[in-house]
Amino acid sequence: MKYKIFTILALFFILTAKSFALVSVDITRGNLDPLPTAISDFYLDSKLGDNIKKLQLESKIPELIQNNLSRSGLFFALEKKSFIQRPEPAHNKPRFEDWAFIKTQVLVTGKISLEKEGRLRVEFKLWDVVSATELSALAFYTTPDNWRRVSHMISDKIYERLTGEKGYFDSRIIFVSETGPKVDRKKRLAIMDQDGYGVKYLTLGNELVLTPRFSPASQHVTYMSYFKNLPRVYLLNIETGIQDLVGDFPGMTFAPRFSPDGKKIIMSFAQEGNSDIYTMDIKTRVVEKLTDHPSIDTSPSYSPDGSYITFNSDRSGLQQIYTMKSDGTNVKRISFGEGLYGTPVWSPRGDLIAFTKLYRNKFYIGVMRSDGSGERLLTENYYQEAPSWAPNGRVLVFYRETASDNSGRGGGAKLWSIDLTGYNERLIQTPTDASDPSWSGLLSGK
Amino acid sequence: MLFKNLNKVTLALVMTLFLGACATQQATTTTKGDDAYTGTETVKFLADGVPDRVFFSTNKSELTSAATTTLGKQATYLKANPNLNVVLEGHADERGTREYNLALGERRATAAKNYLISNGVAANRIKVISYGKEKPANPASNVLAWSQNRRTVTVKTN
Repeated sequence: MKYKIFTILALFFILTAKSFALVSVDITRGNLDPLPTAISDFYLDSKLGDNIKKLQLESKIPELIQNNLSRSGLFFALEKKSFIQRPEPAHNKPRFEDWAFIKTQVLVTGKISLEKEGRLRVEFKLWDVVSATELSALAFYTTPDNWRRVSHMISDKIYERLTGEKGYFDSRIIFVSETGPKVDRKKRLAIMDQDGYGVKYLTLGNELVLTPRFSPASQHVTYMSYFKNLPRVYLLNIETGIQDLVGDFPGMTFAPRFSPDGKKIIMSFAQEGNSDIYTMDIKTRVVEKLTDHPSIDTSPSYSPDGSYITFNSDRSGLQQIYTMKSDGTNVKRISFGEGLYGTPVWSPRGDLIAFTKLYRNKFYIGVMRSDGSGERLLTENYYQEAPSWAPNGRVLVFYRETASDNSGRGGGAKLWSIDLTGYNERLIQTPTDASDPSWSGLLSGK
Repeated sequence: MLFKNLNKVTLALVMTLFLGACATQQATTTTKGDDAYTGTETVKFLADGVPDRVFFSTNKSELTSAATTTLGKQATYLKANPNLNVVLEGHADERGTREYNLALGERRATAAKNYLISNGVAANRIKVISYGKEKPANPASNVLAWSQNRRTVTVKTN
């Protein structure tokens, strides 16, 4: 047992060194040294039928795990063809010198066997090659068509074991799919796995839809729709497809988000040239007005414990970020840098607020502490906005637009992710242009 | 357990370090003064000599003198045609966050509506809707297009 603690610590220090390397990078891309990782093909139990064998899960599952870990920027996956030991003996008793020889520090192995009634048992083991020990082992039971979920859950277990933080791979992103010319853009709600796989469309594109956000507690989404040409906030159950108007407001409601317990929707209501922030209790339909100021108050977002709200207001004359208690008292401006600030969104860790900043005609995604100190800009571009946090608060997804030419052609929006260090920026492939991403919580619970 | 605690401490340290290493800020302002569009491209007409739209400066919803001239003509036209109802569509350029632009479009459309009302048009004949940056009149990404897109358009509904 003592020995085990020592090896864990050894690995931990390796990763700590990486973290410091990450830290020094910031916006100016430095060199990160990701952890060398070997992900062996899994081995198939010989009793599996041909119908399972032809799915080639023994290579597809490790490939998906590798894709997840590589995209996180923290791991460097070694090429399979350099592996010396076969999957089966590697899983049962790795020859660590073979793995050390190819200079990997971590090894992932696995086994797929048949359970009752056509269900599979997918087992993986995580090995520390440096100290020649097993770090963790776990088995999942599932139907063969659910292999992607299982691969994401295994990826989360590996990430968690090696970084000491929760993963974020078993999660989804809801966004707005965009097609057609800029002057007549068709927008549809769409949902996909966090890695861009399995896009499903939730609306037909008959009306303009904007800013979908996940409920942290259920299969609900809140978003804004121009249904019947009345811009209003809606609540959609993505399992049943049933949607409801949120509240009965005599004007535009917009910028919705859920409270952390999923019981309320917080949003803006615009009337007579003035936008204020309101909440509505989903069950009781009770509406509460939180701000009362002749300026624009919008883009509200709760702190994870529900006790504070950050929002965007131009009450100082220009767009800035504010916080207040969740009853609307104690309003404080927190952004004081040069430029305009918008779309504040509170980290699920509670410590940071991510935002969009416009400064000298460039757009930035940045983070600051919830008291406004420690502002740090992660990425600069022609246009980008609307950051949304991964469930572990380490990664942000946002959308970036390119400029169109003087005839109005060529502009488009895509989803990107970047981690908190500002280093690991990645395009998320989508079948169409895409904007307004919102990251779900972990599907497998907290 | 030891591992877990240590990890937390180190994470905190890491956060402190990279937050501490943060940016130097320089000073300028990103907002411009009067950059409302004054030309006639993209403009349509409700009737002879009655332009359908007015333009705004960046981030502003105050009516320019050109805007009040146009809205004055619209008010006269609407009073002469008492059965006509209109919707005022408020728009913003693409150089701002989506949610703020929705609010800004509403504020611009309301400014135009209030001017029509103060010039004798009945309030119940006028509706407003904001499209934020969703429906540009000119899809180009340049200063001219943006100025043409910061607008309120008066549209007949019957």
